[in-house]
Amino acid sequence: MSEKHEASGVSTTGHVWDDDLADLTNEPPKWWMLGLTASALFVVVYWLYYPSIPFATTNGFFKGIGGWTAIKEMEADVGEVEAVRGKFEARLKGMTPAAILADSELTEYVTRSGKVLFGDNCAACHGQNGIGTHDKEGLFAPILNDDDWLYGGKIEDIHASIEGGRQGMMMAHKDMLSAAEIDALANAVAKGQPTSTPLFAAKGCTACHGEDGKGNQAMGSANLVDKIWRFEVRNDKLNDAENMKRLVEGSKRTITYGVNSGDPQGRAAVMPSFKEAGKLSDTEIKKLAVYVYKFGGGQSDAPAAAAAPAAGAAK
Amino acid sequence: MNMETERKEAGSVTGIYQELEHWNVNTGDKTIHAKRMPGFFRTIKNYTQALYLLFFLVPYLRWNGKQAILFDITHNQFHFFNLTVLPQDIWMLSLLLLLLAMVLFAVTSVASRVWCGYFCFQTAWTDWFTWIEDKIEGNPQARRKLDAAPWSAGKIWKKSLKHFIWMSISLLTGISFSIWFVDAYDYWNKLVHFQLPLVGWVTLATIFFGTYILAALLREQVCMWMCPYARIQGVMTDSQTILPVYDFRRGEPRGKLHRKAGEGGGAVQGDCIDCFQCVQVCPTGVDIRDGQQLGCITCGLCLDACDSIMDKVGKPRGLIRYASLNELEGKPARKMYQHPRTLVYIGIILIAFGGIVYGLTHLGSVVLKVIPERQPLYVYLSDGSIQNKYELKVLNKTDSDLRIGVTAEGGVRDQVIIGAEKPLLARHGRSTSFTLFVRAPGQNIKMEVTPIEFRIQSIDDPLIGAEYKTKFNGPAVDLGRRIISGMGNAK
Repeated sequence: MSEKHEASGVSTTGHVWDDDLADLTNEPPKWWMLGLTASALFVVVYWLYYPSIPFATTNGFFKGIGGWTAIKEMEADVGEVEAVRGKFEARLKGMTPAAILADSELTEYVTRSGKVLFGDNCAACHGQNGIGTHDKEGLFAPILNDDDWLYGGKIEDIHASIEGGRQGMMMAHKDMLSAAEIDALANAVAKGQPTSTPLFAAKGCTACHGEDGKGNQAMGSANLVDKIWRFEVRNDKLNDAENMKRLVEGSKRTITYGVNSGDPQGRAAVMPSFKEAGKLSDTEIKKLAVYVYKFGGGQSDAPAAAAAPAAGAAK
Repeated sequence: MNMETERKEAGSVTGIYQELEHWNVNTGDKTIHAKRMPGFFRTIKNYTQALYLLFFLVPYLRWNGKQAILFDITHNQFHFFNLTVLPQDIWMLSLLLLLLAMVLFAVTSVASRVWCGYFCFQTAWTDWFTWIEDKIEGNPQARRKLDAAPWSAGKIWKKSLKHFIWMSISLLTGISFSIWFVDAYDYWNKLVHFQLPLVGWVTLATIFFGTYILAALLREQVCMWMCPYARIQGVMTDSQTILPVYDFRRGEPRGKLHRKAGEGGGAVQGDCIDCFQCVQVCPTGVDIRDGQQLGCITCGLCLDACDSIMDKVGKPRGLIRYASLNELEGKPARKMYQHPRTLVYIGIILIAFGGIVYGLTHLGSVVLKVIPERQPLYVYLSDGSIQNKYELKVLNKTDSDLRIGVTAEGGVRDQVIIGAEKPLLARHGRSTSFTLFVRAPGQNIKMEVTPIEFRIQSIDDPLIGAEYKTKFNGPAVDLGRRIISGMGNAK
């Protein structure tokens, strides 16, 4: 150890090889030692400050002197989000859905933040973005982004639907009508021209669907003359005739077995009351009403605003 | 292996150790106390370094009631007098960085490390700091003496005063740096009331300690061992580059000046009188007579020192001068245009500059982006028409809110835009989004995807406008269309 290296004058470890190669016992640089010490101190401080080792204490385990926990951090983060939303939510509380809709800033807030609410509560039946869902018998729940509404597309109507729920009703006609009659009616409905067959009036369809077949939103009877059907939807992958066939079959089924008629083969068309279920608060129901309204099918109270013709559109 | 080779190999290892003794590596174990001498390059350096006054003063400049130049990070905006650059245009920053890098390269290839010697903040701050040291503690000899002297009231006073002034400048540097990014007056107000946000304190502390440690304590060690540009620029010079060199042909053999002719034993003597003035004035402690080296920041102070000595001993100036290695070795000097590397740099500079000019002149006042709804792509409506939903994002770069109208070009015959009947209000300085619908009669849709171009235009200033090409989605051509028309017309 005490040997000095001849060129550098530094002590060596005493091990010499290849004639004159030696390990010098230089001290590490001071900055390096400082760094090492500082790192060691940091480890100790960190270890004490954060929960490191689960020592049992009187209330649970030792959580470090800083008291940091992941849950607390998460709660603080949630608090931040709530603070931002809070001022909007506070205003929403006392407002009617129509008033919310009139306020562009609040509408913007609702359409942006309503996605989760809709996804959690509505999308299971109505599909993400309200595109509807299908089961093997056809369209399970109505599409929400078109302009056809069973119970009305005004903001109050939509709000009432969510708040109180809806239950479709149409009796089964299998005992009242012959197969030929059902066939004729179904074909007329599938064409969108229910009044084209005298059976429509003669068999009392007009009682619910109206003399012109346009339905009655007060009772939720479907409009039969437009191009949207409640239990069937056009499949763009199929051709004309195939689609028509599906529409006819679907209509037949609806007429024969009814809707919520008690018949085991009847159509089910039930929307629960989200107020009764207690799952959603009043504000949340209002937000959803506005959110659904803004899908594109919402109808204003005023006569439909004159749509601006697109300038320069190909004529 | 015979004995001779073995001895040779052993010798080469020993040679490394011996070489080590001659290596003069500045590892910072000794503080360099450079002498300050007046001269041509000293004056130039003073002026170029004075440019940093802009760094301290420009943030206080106001323009239309706002800070003239502000890199507003909180609001993601860059203000330059009337011009506002939003993050969307930040690609120009990469061109600017490219431009600056190429200017650095080009200048370095022509005139070596001009940046290091005259413009670098490390050089400038160190120069100011040592000037203060010189004023307080005296000339280099006095400073060395003071360093070696035992602690006394006088020494403590001088040292604390020096460090206090250094820290004050460092603090001012930190503040001046910060106010390029936030409103200067507001910053001072918050600072004196100790109300800066955490990020403000961290920035201030970083720049404060950075300045103090780098410029006051580490000094030339930064250039030697920390700065990558010193090394990068070091390899950018070639034999055509002019740099401060010692004319060894004229100077060697060096030796003390002899009063009377012949006193030197009749030996031929060069012009260098070995006075060490060039070493003493060097801020990085380099001996330029050893040739170009990493430590040389090409500040030219040794040229001033040598010229003043040459004047005194009655010999021509320029023993140490700016010259290329070609010139020094008596090779013919080539013209600037014969330096292809520089020309390439200049070419890139021009391209980058062109890009920036294009960017600045084509900033536009508004930018439109249109995002068609994907789920669902289109919706059948009760009258058999097809509706598409679009989100329009209008970025308004002007400093006032704009009322804009929306039209569409192309698309489907007899289409209508719903949601833009009244002018839309695009907020200034940010992007505002609007939801619009386009509704078109089903029988008019000829293609599954029809191109459509949205156009926005300010109601008040028709010159402000933008457009965006997107698509109108419909059912598959031959199937969907027939279905819709085939369903009959409900009357």
